[in-house]
Parts: sequence; structure tokens; C-alpha cells
Amino acid sequence: MKIAVCIKRVPDSETRVKIAADGKSLDEAGGGVKFVLNPYDEFAVEEALRRKEKAGTGEVAVICLGPAAAQETIRTALAMGADRGVLLQTDKIPADPFETAKVIAAELKSTAWDLILFGRMAIDDYNTQVGSLVAELLGLPCVTAVSHLDIEGTKGVAEREIEGGIEVVDFPLPAVLTADKGLNEPRYPALKGIMAAKKKPLEVKPVQPGAGALEVVALTPPPDRKAGKIVGEGPGAVGELVRLLREEAKVL
Amino acid sequence: MTTLAVLEQRDGVLRKISHEVVTAAQRLGGGVEAVVCAAGAVQGADQAGKYGADKIVTLTNPAFAKYAPEACAQALADRAKQGGYRTIVFAASATGKDLAPRVAAKLGVAVAADITDLAADGGGVVVTRPVYAGKALLKVKVASQPAVLSLRPNVFTPVERPKAGAAETVAVTVPAGRVVVREIKAAPAGTLDVAEAQVIISGGRGLKEPANFKVLEELARAFGGQAAVGASRAVVDAGWRAHADQVGQTGKTVSPSLYIAVGISGAIQHLAGMRTSKVIVAINKDKDAPIFKVADYGVVGDLFEIVPKLTEEIRKLHG
Repeated sequence: MKIAVCIKRVPDSETRVKIAADGKSLDEAGGGVKFVLNPYDEFAVEEALRRKEKAGTGEVAVICLGPAAAQETIRTALAMGADRGVLLQTDKIPADPFETAKVIAAELKSTAWDLILFGRMAIDDYNTQVGSLVAELLGLPCVTAVSHLDIEGTKGVAEREIEGGIEVVDFPLPAVLTADKGLNEPRYPALKGIMAAKKKPLEVKPVQPGAGALEVVALTPPPDRKAGKIVGEGPGAVGELVRLLREEAKVL
Repeated sequence: MTTLAVLEQRDGVLRKISHEVVTAAQRLGGGVEAVVCAAGAVQGADQAGKYGADKIVTLTNPAFAKYAPEACAQALADRAKQGGYRTIVFAASATGKDLAPRVAAKLGVAVAADITDLAADGGGVVVTRPVYAGKALLKVKVASQPAVLSLRPNVFTPVERPKAGAAETVAVTVPAGRVVVREIKAAPAGTLDVAEAQVIISGGRGLKEPANFKVLEELARAFGGQAAVGASRAVVDAGWRAHADQVGQTGKTVSPSLYIAVGISGAIQHLAGMRTSKVIVAINKDKDAPIFKVADYGVVGDLFEIVPKLTEEIRKLHG
């Protein structure tokens, strides 16, 4: 099994968001932002490792578009057990995911992968589409938000959550899949893995994504929710709560 | 210029989220053409006229009996190319999130995904999207031709603006596709998905044990079929509730009219999934819990005393 996993370096969800002086981006330098491997990509890396382990042979390559510091993110995936990494290095990730997809597809094109895995979305920009766009660019079948996966030979069956149920989807390999929570339980890198990761190959390729057609106008804090009130304590406050929901909030 | 509003159907019945799509599309001005992929006539498709569709086109193909990702994407991309629409609007539902990027890629553009606001701006569209777990809003000018948008569910409240809604059916020829939905395993009858509920009652660690969720289920029932029971990540990870019920960053993003958080402290990852709810109520024994900072109304105390009392009051209202 030859598997590519496309990963992203994102700010940890606990990070306090400080907006940069340009009013359009995250202040990464001054804000003390902690970066992590995108949580959905952890499911993708884990799935790739399990598939390779099951097949008994193969390769797991991780591919990441990002700044030089994303080498650390790639090392995290290598510490989990991936074999090699490729950093498509750019200082700025395009605001237009189609440009991101084009750069990643160009890198993937030259190799015959059995599977190409993504996380179903990145927790920073919520774009939820790069995997699908790459699949279209490569002409490969794609199943998104996979929460359960069976593969026999070149036939796959995936499950994906939809409103009020689960879709069971048949697809042929090679394919592009995007991983949802529930697919597996990602492993923590062991010390041995972390040491080994330092010696694994990590190729750095400078890239220049296009500007694209999505232009950031502003990044702003969300409007403050109107200051709430503590209606009271204990079951005695319920009458007043219901009155407020009816008369003030008008939701009952 | 006409906007193409992509409706959704399941089992030949129009899904209600379609009204949100038409409502958002008509806000751009210049006319709305609604389109739906189906195996045959779609029950309720004519409703799109009520919300502002000038024309309702049903693209039919036997493959569309179930969601056919590749065939639908091809049919919609073909239609989009013929029609020369300035903007194409999808719902960011489970299906829309899958379908919109496929169509966009065939048109050589990206999706401005999961938007919560939109406005026409000269030749383009300006949209607002929550990013960084809802801790910031990104305003983006979409200059692509066409602009492809997907809407966060439950944000664009349907508004009736009756238009002609002239019906047209077009049988389309497209390859069936390699990705095939074999079956849909439905959730047990009577359970409403958190992504679609107008009222959500979510529980966290404060419920103490899985069996105690029945207290929340009773409250949900008191709302007469329009409420769903959600869960925090902690209780999903502990195996108390299904992932389908999880609200938050690694679960579902919801915007109901009323969100009642019970025994949930309010970690950032939970707030990411529910902070765009219209009204938030928190019930928690810890008066310093972060959930009270985003709640419109809070009640401090023992949920096992408060929730049954609330259930009783709601039952009286819905009598």
C-alpha cells in the first residue's frame, strides 16, 4: 500500500486569537500561538499507518503545504510512524483553497498512490474542501468525512455521517478519502518514534501558490454576545427562566 | 444576474434546508433559479417559489434516487456552465459539504464554505465565515466566476417572498459514477438530528453517568418533536453518547433557536460548535463555569432538580 497523507499545521483550538495589525490575519508572532497537527489529519495519519501495517508492506508519505515551521508538524506525523515527509514550503497559505489544491495535486500527480488521505477539514479556516478539490484535479474517486472504512483489494466501503443516519458508500481504489472523527483512535508518538522521526527523510520543496479569487477583506473578533444573566439558583429559578424565554427571548 | 440555488431532496422529498438556500440566494438580487437532482418529481419542490425562486428545475436521472456524488456534481456543473450563473449557492449540510467542492472544482473555482452572511458587492460577492473555532470572523470577497458558496445551516432564516416558481424538468445524461451510496442506515425513528433541530438540549460530564441522559431526553420530548439531545466531546469520548450527537469542533456545528447546555463547562472546543445559536441557556452547578460567559440565561444549581422542573414547565406550554 502506497499512501499519501496531506496534513496541515494549524493553531491549537485553545489558542487566544489575536488579530494582526493588517486586520486581515492572525498575529502569530506576538500572540504566542501554539501550532499543532490538525486534529482531523491525525485520524488520516493513523488510518494510513494501520492500512500499511495490515498490508505488511508499503509506504506512508506525509505532504504538507506551509511555512518552514511546518517541518515540526511533519515530524509529529513521522513520529507517529509515517516513513517520509514533503514540505511544500510557502510563507503564506493561499486564502483560496483551489490554489492550495493545485499545489498539492501537482505534488501527488507523479506517484501512483493507492490511497490519498486528508482530514475532513482544518480547524483554522474551516474550508472543508481541499481533499475533494484535489480528487477532482487528479480525476480520482473521493469519499468525504469517512468515519468507518473497510478495504478488500481494490474495493473500499466507507461510512459517513449524514443528518439522521449513516451513508454506506462503495468506491474503487485508488481513491481520495477525508477522515472524520470516529474513524480510529490516533496513537501518541512514543519516545522511540520521536527519536526515529529525526532521522527520517524530509524533503523541502519551495512552491509559489497563485493568489486565487478569494480575497480576505477583514478578520474581526465575533460580535460579543449580549451579556447574559444568571436568572437564579436551583429549581426555584425555572419559572423566571421560562418567563424570560417566552417574553424576552421569544423562543418558546 | 441569476443565482443558482441548489436544493436538496432525500427519498424524493424536498429537505427544509432548501428554503434557506433560496432565501440566501434571493438576497443577492437578480433572480433565482432553483435546481434539484432527483430520480423523478420531488415532493415539495414547488415550495421554492414561495421563498423566491423564479424557476425550479428538476434534473432527473435514475442514479439520483440516492445521493450520487459524481453524477450530481457533473449534472450541476453542466447546468452551471450552460446558465452562466454569477453565483451558485449550496447548503453546508452533510451532502452540500460533499457536493459543493466537486462542482466548484469542475468549474475551476473554490467554495466559500460555511458562510453566515453574504452581500452582493459590485461584480462579486462578499461573505462572512466563522474561523478559528468561531473566535474570529473572516470577511472574504469572492471574485471567482462563478462564486460558489455554502451556507451554515439554520443561519439564513427562510423568508417568504413569493415568485413565479415555474417548474421545469430536464432528464440529464451523466455517467453513474464510481462512488456509489449503497444504503442509508437511518437513525432510530423519532430521533431528530442535532444539525436540524430548532431546540437542542446538550449534556456533558455533569450528567454523571450515561443513563442520566434520560432526564434530557424527557425535556426534549416536552418540546414536541422539535428538540434533539446533543452531547459534549467529553461524554462522546467516554462512550456515553454517539459521535453523531456531538456538538463542537470535532462534532457538529449547530445554530438552533434555543440551545440548552446542561452540565457542560463550556470548553472552547464546545463553544466552537454552538456559539452562533440564537439563544443559549446554561444549567450548571459551578457558577464560574465558562459556559455562563456565552449564555443568555443561566441557572446555577443541581441539574437533577432543575431539568425535571423545566420539563414540567415546558410540558405545560406545549400541553
